[in-house]
Amino acid sequence: MHGKNSGKRDIPFLRKQAKLVRVEILKMLTLAGSGHTGGSLSAADIVTALYFSKMRYKPDDPGWKERDRFILSKGHAAPLLYAVLAMAGYFDRSMLKTLRKLGSPLQGHPCSRVLPGVEISTGSLGQGLSVSNGIAIGLKMDNLSSRVYCLLGDGEIQEGQVWEAAMTAAHYKLDNICAIIDLNGLQIDGPVSKVKAIEPVASKWSAFGWNVIDIDGHDMKEILEALDEAETVKGKPSIILAHTIKGKGVSFFEGKVEYHGISPTPEELEKALKEMEAHG
Amino acid sequence: MGKETQNTGIETTAMATRDAYGEALLELGKKRKDIVVLDADLSGSTKTGKFAKAFPDRFFNIGIAEQDMIGTAAGLALSGKLPFASTFAVFETGRAWEQVRQTICYSNLNVKLVATHGGISVGEDGASHQATEDIALMRVLPNMTVIVPADAFETRLVIHAIADYCGPVYVRLGRSNVPAVMPGDYKFSIGKGYTFSTGKDVNIVATGIMVSIALEAARILTMEGIHTGVINMSTVKPLDTKTLLRVAKACRLVVTAEEHSIVGGLGGAVSEFLSETHPVHVLRIGLKDAFGCSGRPEELMKHYGLTAEDIVRTIKETLTSI
Repeated sequence: MHGKNSGKRDIPFLRKQAKLVRVEILKMLTLAGSGHTGGSLSAADIVTALYFSKMRYKPDDPGWKERDRFILSKGHAAPLLYAVLAMAGYFDRSMLKTLRKLGSPLQGHPCSRVLPGVEISTGSLGQGLSVSNGIAIGLKMDNLSSRVYCLLGDGEIQEGQVWEAAMTAAHYKLDNICAIIDLNGLQIDGPVSKVKAIEPVASKWSAFGWNVIDIDGHDMKEILEALDEAETVKGKPSIILAHTIKGKGVSFFEGKVEYHGISPTPEELEKALKEMEAHG
Repeated sequence: MGKETQNTGIETTAMATRDAYGEALLELGKKRKDIVVLDADLSGSTKTGKFAKAFPDRFFNIGIAEQDMIGTAAGLALSGKLPFASTFAVFETGRAWEQVRQTICYSNLNVKLVATHGGISVGEDGASHQATEDIALMRVLPNMTVIVPADAFETRLVIHAIADYCGPVYVRLGRSNVPAVMPGDYKFSIGKGYTFSTGKDVNIVATGIMVSIALEAARILTMEGIHTGVINMSTVKPLDTKTLLRVAKACRLVVTAEEHSIVGGLGGAVSEFLSETHPVHVLRIGLKDAFGCSGRPEELMKHYGLTAEDIVRTIKETLTSI
């Protein structure tokens, strides 16, 4: 159990975990025949670091009051969340093959009513940070030291509600929140910079009163250090700008906007697994 | 608040339902420590300001950001609090509709949305601030309960009742004073209509401020020989189908009366149910697929045909044609 911070600082272990997470994502997406590949792979290292090192939780007691919370605001990365929750022990790994199937608790986008470990239903973008703020306020009222982690997409911050929530978190000095943006640079219609530019991201968040940490979102050491730093900053919320590669881990998916919203074919899966194996 | 005498000669106390909300929140706040209140810069108008003053640590002004307010309320519910989130009805249900759908209803969270300034009785501010579609917008959402109290007394009962109920609730309140209509021994329960009387010719099913107006219309009609009953259908969802069926079977004409569009609200709900179970002529009183406008509340009620005299006339016309 991870009732206490699992605290594993074992970077080779976390890298291996991240790879297993990617394998599960690819397998379940191929079986499902649809789903979001690129953005699940880009954030895999970040979410692996959270669940297998940073966060405190009890898979056999999903409602444990003192747990740290993870809110997947970019709900389309559901396969990533499902892979991690299964590997963390929230449910049997065999359930992953039911993704997107009729009757499965593994809905196309996460649904908290049907799957333990999912804190809130997401999928409609831009809403997770507001929910995180509410949880963070509640935790402070109860004098709990639990932290709230909220993962957003870079295209997602085009949603106005994100900035409403950014103001709220700063106003209420929610230093128990750590937002993370998966800056993979691509959204459905193309590069974020072409669809509607979001830069300069760092100065926007810092102007909104946040502590901003810029990292390579695939470097496990940098991820862990950023999560630690966020915890030490008091009086304001922190945000980690995680620079990532969409489709990370599979060479022929990397940086390809086409793989935002489609799943691998069985042939692509085979090729991907071989490639991942070859790279150790 | 003030005393006024209705045509009935009975002295009644008039009070806006929003004022009753402010008081009920205060009572609840003293009783229950898990209650938190959110507002979007309208706490003076929605009357949550009273709670804010008494319990500053449990009040959160989210500023002019209704969508964010809904999400924040959801988060507070997830951490075990009982959030009441308030603003004007048009913003709560319109501006933040998809947040209510995705984050509150889909996740079935215990959040109470209590909005004020429902309907055209908002008055001078005009259509931008008059919610005339909110009942429809909230009624279509799975897991949602929709309540429109008739007077201040019922409002107080409703606020206490929803605090004890687990799940999303939308309560629509008004800006202007409404006469007291509910009897002193009235007990509110979610999903149960109150029958003032059952008419043999006509039954008016009303919500909110239209209940007092329906009572006046029924008094006039009955005096003129058209036996008319009135039902306060304060819970629009889930609809009290048992009461509805009973009164529909008793009469020739069912009339719905709401300070809302005739599309999708109480009139829609009643028509949907009766057309499937007991097809009977239904007359819908409300805004005829139109926006409101500026004016004094009483002028607007007349302008949109929502006075007792208008209802009497429309019912008589309908009875001659069916």
